[in-house]
Amino acid sequence: MILCLVDNDPVSLEALTFARRFGEVEALVFGDIDVGGYVARARRVVHARLDEYAPTAWAQAVLELEPEIVVAPGTDRGHEVLAHVAARIGAPLAANVIDASVDSEALQLTRQRWGGSLLEEARLTGTPKLLTVAPHAIDAEPSGITTTVEDFTPTLGDEHFRVRVMRREEPAAGTARLDSARVVVGGGRGVGSKEGFAVLEELAKLLGGAVGGSRVVTNLGWRPHSDQVGQTGARIAPDLYIACGVSGAIQHIVGCKGAKRILVINKDQNAPIVARADWAVIGDLHEIVPAIVAELRKNGA
Amino acid sequence: MKVGVCVKRVPETGARITLTSDDQAIDTSLLGFTISPHEECAVEEALRIAERHGGSTTVLTLGPAAASEQLKNAMAMGIASAVLLETDGGDWSAEATAAALAEAMRAQPEPFDLLLFGNEAADSGDYQVGVRVAHTLGLPCVTGIKGIEIDDGRLTARREAGGGWEIFELPLPAVVTVKEGINLPRYASIQGRLRAKKTPIERIQPQPRASALETIRLVVPPEHETHVEVLGAGADAAQRVVAVFRELGLVGL
Ligand SMILES: Cc1cc2nc3c(=O)[nH]c(=O)nc-3n(C[C@H](O)[C@H](O)[C@H](O)COP(=O)(O)OP(=O)(O)OC[C@H]3O[C@@H](n4cnc5c(N)ncnc54)[C@H](O)[C@@H]3O)c2cc1C
Ligand SMILES: Cc1cc2nc3c(=O)[nH]c(=O)nc-3n(C[C@H](O)[C@H](O)[C@H](O)COP(=O)(O)OP(=O)(O)OC[C@H]3O[C@@H](n4cnc5c(N)ncnc54)[C@H](O)[C@@H]3O)c2cc1C
Repeated sequence: MILCLVDNDPVSLEALTFARRFGEVEALVFGDIDVGGYVARARRVVHARLDEYAPTAWAQAVLELEPEIVVAPGTDRGHEVLAHVAARIGAPLAANVIDASVDSEALQLTRQRWGGSLLEEARLTGTPKLLTVAPHAIDAEPSGITTTVEDFTPTLGDEHFRVRVMRREEPAAGTARLDSARVVVGGGRGVGSKEGFAVLEELAKLLGGAVGGSRVVTNLGWRPHSDQVGQTGARIAPDLYIACGVSGAIQHIVGCKGAKRILVINKDQNAPIVARADWAVIGDLHEIVPAIVAELRKNGA
Repeated sequence: MKVGVCVKRVPETGARITLTSDDQAIDTSLLGFTISPHEECAVEEALRIAERHGGSTTVLTLGPAAASEQLKNAMAMGIASAVLLETDGGDWSAEATAAALAEAMRAQPEPFDLLLFGNEAADSGDYQVGVRVAHTLGLPCVTGIKGIEIDDGRLTARREAGGGWEIFELPLPAVVTVKEGINLPRYASIQGRLRAKKTPIERIQPQPRASALETIRLVVPPEHETHVEVLGAGADAAQRVVAVFRELGLVGL
């Protein structure tokens, strides 16, 4: 059986689409996401104690079905659950796969390293084969097949609920989210200080966007870590990323390569980020950003 | 409270990655080495927990002899003792890494109450060594954590989810993998560096084992080169920038 783990994160549908290349896929569904049109057979997990996420319980549900291949989305949960499956049975787990094909008993894989700035071609043998699919490696696409959904109640004991979500805190209303902003104004070391971000805030506000930053600025305490763009921060996908005083280290670039367009403001025209940009203004951001704000205001923005 | 923290030595890559001629590794001849930001935060968190609740801290790494640099850096921040699982520099699978770490942890005279890991290593990013160690040691585990509180033998852990938070509770001893942002790591002090220099590192020779996941080669992904249009130099470019905003429909005409 080829099994794909699905939860309410829409990235799960990308994983389902990806898994179909291996043959007929069954979806193991946690939550109420609609998988209609993606697979012929889906099992919706129903269990009195699974009203909240519990990683080992989810892993046990996978194991109970004794699949040969397990695919999961490359999300916090997908990685965590498959790591538990892998650890339980002593099998390898290939994380953040972007391409795969069957080669007799083995799978030929391409997976991301360094958050995607390096790729690894690998060969996965043995059974079961476990992999997570890197988010946005492919688009989610239903195949148009008729889907039968049945309930599935895994056999779970107390030991599977040692760790589970006890409660949640909902996001504060009205916070601009970096990962869904249309415009992101990013600042790096070149901004120079915490106070230096005021004019970037102003620009972001005028454009209806959010402020982000490099690791240098979060490490210096100029911005909270939740503003960090990059390998160990947020992945952004705005229509426009305005990078001010950011050099463009690969760990930063992997966080902003989803941006449709990039405008760079940097005093060094040889900064690596300039080569990634659509537009660049060369010079001191402390003069340029206020001038842009003034120009926008003049135009009645 | 005895807290252990695991870190991995990785090359400090710059704006571009260059591979060795056989495509098996990153060419590190011109590079320095570091650990993942997640792991720097794990080190800081271990220190804060020991400061708040009393107890000792130990840093562990599996890697070549040169990885003692990363252990010394952690000790310079304040970690009390260090264990190096010394390899000949070859590649270790996640299964083998976890098995060796778990064995070294078991061999400690006193068991750990809490083991901290990075959520994923900076280089290979396998998202699994911590979970595997937890299974081997029979400990509860939670990953991707950005907040830890300990009270009366129970650990409360916070994970970001959809802009909000999921809150887990675990009995100790436990394994927790953390993400950058959980804290802001301190800098090493001069006294810390001096002390780290003098503190001996415990060395262990771990046993390698084969894995069913075999790396064939590494590939630098094709660069998505753009054609850059330089809009100007200095403040005079502001008008052209605003014209771009207009073109993109970000501001009214
Ligand atoms: C494993 C790992 C993970 C990492 N994760 C991340 C991550 O998630 N996000 C991240 O950002 N980094 C990350 N980093 C760090 C990354 O390698 C870089 O160190 C960091 O991105 C550099 O930040 P910066 O561009 O702000 O600073 P710098 O590299 O110092 O660049 C500053 C730039 O500002 C320009 N400048 C200076 N003054 C001015 C001025 N007045 N006007 C205009 N331009 C000016 C300079 O020309 C320069 O280009 C990670 C590193 C590692 C090893
Ligand atoms: C060129 C190359 C080829 C390779 N070939 C293979 C291969 O053929 N087969 C194979 O299975 N593996 C291979 N590896 C190794 C493999 O990719 C990983 O290094 C290994 O699986 C460990 O996973 P990770 O470091 O990504 O761990 P993750 O699970 O991402 O790490 C999570 C956390 O575990 C801890 N941790 C991880 N590693 C260590 C360590 N060494 N010491 C202490 N703590 C640690 C850290 O806290 C880290 O933040 C190769 C590596 C390279 C560079």
